[in-house]
Amino acid sequence: MATALKPGARFKSAVCETQVMVVKAPAGEHDLRCGGAEMIAPTATGAGEPDAALAGGTLIGKRYVNADESLELLCTKGGKGTLSVGGTPLEVKQAKQLPSSD
Amino acid sequence: MNISTILDMAAEAFGERVAVVCGEQRYTYAELRERALRAAAHIKASGAAHVALLDTASPAAPVAIYASAYAAVPYVPLNYRLTAPELNELAERIAPAMLITTPDYAKLLTPRADLTLIMRDEFLKLADAGGEPPQPSEDPRDIAVQLFTSGTTGKPKAAILRHENLMSYIVGTVEFAAADENDAIVVTVPPYHIAGISAVLSSTYACRRMVLLPNFEPRAWLAAMRSENVSNAFLVPTMLSRIVDHLVDRGEAPNLPALRALAYGGGKMPLATITKAMQLFPGVDFTNAYGLTETSSTIAVLGPDDHRAAAASRDPAVQRRLASVGKPAAVEIQIRDDDGKVLGAEEAGLVFVRGPQVSGEYLSLGSQLDADGWFPTKDRGYLDADGYLFLDGRADDVIVRGGENISPGEIEDVLLSHAAVADVACVAMPDEQWGEAVAAAIVLHPGAGVSEQELQELVKGRLRSSRVPQRIVFKDALPYNETGKVLRRVIRQEFA
Repeated sequence: MATALKPGARFKSAVCETQVMVVKAPAGEHDLRCGGAEMIAPTATGAGEPDAALAGGTLIGKRYVNADESLELLCTKGGKGTLSVGGTPLEVKQAKQLPSSD
Repeated sequence: MNISTILDMAAEAFGERVAVVCGEQRYTYAELRERALRAAAHIKASGAAHVALLDTASPAAPVAIYASAYAAVPYVPLNYRLTAPELNELAERIAPAMLITTPDYAKLLTPRADLTLIMRDEFLKLADAGGEPPQPSEDPRDIAVQLFTSGTTGKPKAAILRHENLMSYIVGTVEFAAADENDAIVVTVPPYHIAGISAVLSSTYACRRMVLLPNFEPRAWLAAMRSENVSNAFLVPTMLSRIVDHLVDRGEAPNLPALRALAYGGGKMPLATITKAMQLFPGVDFTNAYGLTETSSTIAVLGPDDHRAAAASRDPAVQRRLASVGKPAAVEIQIRDDDGKVLGAEEAGLVFVRGPQVSGEYLSLGSQLDADGWFPTKDRGYLDADGYLFLDGRADDVIVRGGENISPGEIEDVLLSHAAVADVACVAMPDEQWGEAVAAAIVLHPGAGVSEQELQELVKGRLRSSRVPQRIVFKDALPYNETGKVLRRVIRQEFA
């Protein structure tokens, strides 16, 4: 089941510890998954294990994007599963290195 | 989207790391989160519409920022230098509110039923109310912070920063957990300044220890830097200038082996100060940050490599970048003329900025963004061919003499080049013939002397006759606000 991804919305993995926050996403519905299973509301309860083929893991603080970077998620808690949208795994966004200014 | 996520992530990843140091007080990220959650439950139960802080820097500031976010109530730090009538007027505007303060500041406030005072020490020791921790609102449009501007032209305006603005700024400019285990930053800007808020958010997201210094003084700053082995610091130009003078006067070396990075901003940095500072701190990375309250802090950055390149270069175009504020950070910047036409490189005009961190919004006045999302900063400036931004004062400070726009900055730079001149501010004075004319308030170095005429000749020779100050007054000191901005309106009154 696809779901709308509004900026600021939060999801957690049904099959690992991963939690994400939507930074931006194109309008419309998206099939957001982690470890192969649909991601669920932060308050919902999941069950099961990540698909072995989709267990690349997520890291807290990393931003995950689709190919054209129109969709971006911030990982707020790391886990074992791989994030994917519409069956395509998301990539880690390379951070723009800025010197600390405050 | 809620800025409390920043603290949740830091506590999750580095809960045992020290987050805040202030005198003898030390809190880890896990403890900071625990205190913020307890305070949030207290705020929610109180029914407050705002959480205000009237206090110098202390751990209550970071606790209050995050507690307000968890409780989904705007955080409103107040300027503790305001007078009692000014503070009471602001209290009226934010009531019903909870206000965190100290006994001394509390005396300034007229008691009112819809203003609940809580003393700082009590606020930091709130007991766990039990029950589930508050679930922060996820609406990105919720107001996270409300800052009253200084109100130079009337009633203070309430600038608002939404969760989406501040989160965009942090996620767009700071790498999560970028700090090393032993890194620390000394925070000297007051809690009611945007730089005081961004320091807390950036440091938390970088998982960097914050050392809060309530009252800036060069000796105290150096002592705190040494005792906490501080790696990073942010200073406003006047603070850096006082540190440089302190060291030079005593012939002392800084003796700060842990220091790696010094960032500065909040006002114009005199070229002489930054040049001297780079000599005094040779291995240190200098960063100039330019930002505004309405833009959630930094929008342009002149980084360490830019500083070194400018200092080492013989190319005047590269050398002068030391006087720039660098390149746009996570925003776009445009220069426009008075008619709104976008200008090219080297053409001076008004600075406009666009990006998700830009709120450009005041309560009651609404959004100041144009149809395409651009915010008029009201700063004047230009971009060079490589995109470095040079600022040239506030649009309001321009002197219009006989229809000609004169920037006070260029005249000030010439006057400052005179060996006798320590400080200067040029302002408009009323003139029957020209509408406005140039006036200058000048501070001389101790024991130095120079005639009005000699200074006028200097300006005439370097610029042109329209730039020559028609009147010059010599002062013991110029009026500054606490972040090092010269108060031109006060000087203007003198020539009115």
